[in-house]
Amino acid sequence: MIVTVNGTEYPIEPAQGEKILALWLREDLMLTGTKIGCDIGVCGSCTVLLDNKAVRSCKLKLKDAVGKNVVTIEGMVNKDGKLHPIQQAFVDCGAIQCGFCTPGMVLSAYALLLETPNPTREQARQAIKGNLCRCTGYQQIIDAIMCAAEMINIEKEDN
Amino acid sequence: MIYNSNKAKAFRNDAIAKVTGTAKYTDDYTMPQMLHAVPVFAPVASAKIVSINTQEALLQPGIVAVFTANDIPGNVYFGQIIKDYPTLASDRIRSTGDVLALIVANTREHAIAAIPCVKPELQELPAIYDPEAAMLPETLLLHPDHGSNVCNYHCVRTGDIEQGEQDSDIVIEESFVTSRAEHAYLEPESALCYLRPDGVLEVIGSMQHPFSTRRFVASTLGLKLCDVEVKTVPMGGGFGGKDDTAALVCARAALCAYLLKKPVKLTYSREWSMQESYKRHPYTLQYRMGLKSSGKIQFVKVRMVADGGAYCSVTPWVTWRSTVQCCGCYEVPNVHCDVYGVYTNNVFSGAFRGFGSPQVNFSIEQLIEIAANKLGISETELRRINMVKQDSVTITGQKLDTHTVSLQQAMDTVLREVDYKAKLPQCSYGDKQADEWYGIGYAISYRGMSLGAEGTDFNSAIINIQPDGSVLLETGIHENGQGSETAMILILAEELGIPQELIRYRFPSTSNIPDGGTTVASRGTLLGGGATVKAAEIVKQRLCEGVEASMGIKNCQFKDGKVYDVVGHEVADYYTAVKLCYSNQIYPYAFGVFQAPRVSWDEHTGHGDAYFTWVYGCQAVELKVNPQTGQITILNMIAAHDMGKAINPAMLAGQFYGGLTMGAGYGLYEDTPLQDGKPTISNYHNYRVLRSTDLPEMTAIFIQNPDPNSPSKAKGIGEPTLELMAPAIANALYRATGMRFNSLPLAKGVQEYVKGLKK
Repeated sequence: MIVTVNGTEYPIEPAQGEKILALWLREDLMLTGTKIGCDIGVCGSCTVLLDNKAVRSCKLKLKDAVGKNVVTIEGMVNKDGKLHPIQQAFVDCGAIQCGFCTPGMVLSAYALLLETPNPTREQARQAIKGNLCRCTGYQQIIDAIMCAAEMINIEKEDN
Repeated sequence: MIYNSNKAKAFRNDAIAKVTGTAKYTDDYTMPQMLHAVPVFAPVASAKIVSINTQEALLQPGIVAVFTANDIPGNVYFGQIIKDYPTLASDRIRSTGDVLALIVANTREHAIAAIPCVKPELQELPAIYDPEAAMLPETLLLHPDHGSNVCNYHCVRTGDIEQGEQDSDIVIEESFVTSRAEHAYLEPESALCYLRPDGVLEVIGSMQHPFSTRRFVASTLGLKLCDVEVKTVPMGGGFGGKDDTAALVCARAALCAYLLKKPVKLTYSREWSMQESYKRHPYTLQYRMGLKSSGKIQFVKVRMVADGGAYCSVTPWVTWRSTVQCCGCYEVPNVHCDVYGVYTNNVFSGAFRGFGSPQVNFSIEQLIEIAANKLGISETELRRINMVKQDSVTITGQKLDTHTVSLQQAMDTVLREVDYKAKLPQCSYGDKQADEWYGIGYAISYRGMSLGAEGTDFNSAIINIQPDGSVLLETGIHENGQGSETAMILILAEELGIPQELIRYRFPSTSNIPDGGTTVASRGTLLGGGATVKAAEIVKQRLCEGVEASMGIKNCQFKDGKVYDVVGHEVADYYTAVKLCYSNQIYPYAFGVFQAPRVSWDEHTGHGDAYFTWVYGCQAVELKVNPQTGQITILNMIAAHDMGKAINPAMLAGQFYGGLTMGAGYGLYEDTPLQDGKPTISNYHNYRVLRSTDLPEMTAIFIQNPDPNSPSKAKGIGEPTLELMAPAIANALYRATGMRFNSLPLAKGVQEYVKGLKK
């Protein structure tokens, strides 16, 4: 059994299958960018991508990820160290305060843009409704998603 | 100036770390041989502790130790004002947030599994949940040593209240009730403590106040302050909430680490956090206000009772701000104000962004509109007649002549931007024919900056310029997520005329810099920024001395990154000046202090210059109500605040949007109902924090009248942005429904009202 995380394949023993995905990422792989805010799947801090869909890793078990691709916040940065355009947009738009919701927000935004490359502000708002933020009022996060979409589209055109 | 997100590029020193997941919060750290601690909470709100049996728990798998109050080497009780909070409950239970024991195990799972095995033997005592009942003389005392269930009392006696009554043409009386809001920071409390080889007990913790935490830890362990070092790591939100509880969590982890000589981590679950952590004080406020038919307020008589819960925490300070600001931002010649902070067996109340002003504003900003209605004067005109203006004297006798009083500017700006006059006629007032009800409302405030007369108010900064011209900066201010470190960097970059990239904010620790007080009261930029400017003045002098010693000249001046001689010729750039300092054995190093200007307070009369400067603001909201379901939709929110100077516009806007949102949540939904003193909320599924889809686009307007009392010219903004949305929504709901709702949270009242209409 294999779980792929940020492009690396991890063999899984059957006994590990019951472990909560968020805890496996944090404790076994030391990928602590995935945060636990509520542990019941309502705050979105633990959001990761599972085969390009945003999911709550605190509600999933490791066996749910077998044979699938997991992307965590650590997997967003390019191999050359360059920030992903979504990350750059979060920095540029002032979308970060305490930062605890940020990894989950970035991944929810990523899932949106994979499916909807040119979202409206309303679509961006809908895409992060499962991610709580207590600091920002969400406005600059939505700014960042819109800005990221633009940056990604410009990059595509350049290529 | 309206903040435009397209024009500003944000800067934060911690943005890259936070957006890549490399920022390490307390629970992200782990250490070799680290053990895990968990708390065992009291099962009831009031009882005498006969014994706590830990034997069974100790036999469970993986359990290393179970500690109770008997194991505490230092003081069991601690507190910032009154030392009434037991780090572990020893003889008596006063609240369901009390912790009876700590279980330490090799894994967190093992520790949690053993919780039911700790068996307390208790004798239940009568519990008091109603603050009014708590104040009666026959009621059992929560803290017999204090002599009363009244934790504290403040008053204001200004003018002659009888005369005010006689001079009034109309008198109105209204009562208001406010809610017990939970901070709901995204990151639950966490602490990791270990005994270093040099004998220092080191604390990494999710807490707002490293120095306060150090006091808690040192007191619990019986250590000297220099033997405890609290380090600051990124914190997932505080909003005033990571003060006492977070410090206690650190003290408990420290206790385990100290006794076991091993690293111990104590990370709270959301459920524990909501059970133990203090909430915003619920108030009852009874107002009596008299006015002339011309609109001038003649008197205000007010009695406030704040439910402080089982422990003092900062109740005397929270209620003091309510006292000073009891009449809102209005001139009132005759005032009679009594404010009580009261002990009950409820979960305790403490600091929360706003700190005693949201409760008062919720009341007074409705009261002024109720009065306007009764007088047949527009609410805007009535505010204009009574609001504080340049050189006004506040109800505590303070003349507002040391800074620009911009209240009317803020109000006019918001009303113009929201097009208030044009929209007023569209309001529904509960129109029975309408499919949906529309309402618009606003509120205004002034807010005393920083601690005021509630505490000593000073802060320091250290600037240490390295031989290559790069700079290490630190201040006695804590990064709560608001961007304080970045603000300090930007202030210093401007002072020295160097690029911000040259400045690194040093990893903060309580062993680096003197205790600068707590990062509360919107004082971070004001006090820390002030200290940075003061230190910059000194270091600029050092740079001049380096050049002077080298060139044999005198009276140089440093300006915009360059050194000039006495006739104004440039003699050295920044890098040359730094080099010349080092070659002449002069350290370009400075320790700067900003001491807040004098404030005063007479506890008997409630008179004094309560705060050394004030900020002014206005917020407006448009909303609609579904007459069938009572569902409320916010359509628009606009805020204008005078913060003196915008240091970091993108982060400033973030404070606006975040404050508006938290204020709207407080106004509409947020509350912590209690069952036998215990919160019935446990997590985000039953405590409603506003989500992205609950919100409209918001507008942030910066008013910048540089403040001469602030070395950086900037004032605070964190709390002003939160304190107005609840009354603005209440006023909008009145214009939507035709009904006044005097209790928070407002959505509950609206739903009950709509349900009543259908019957």
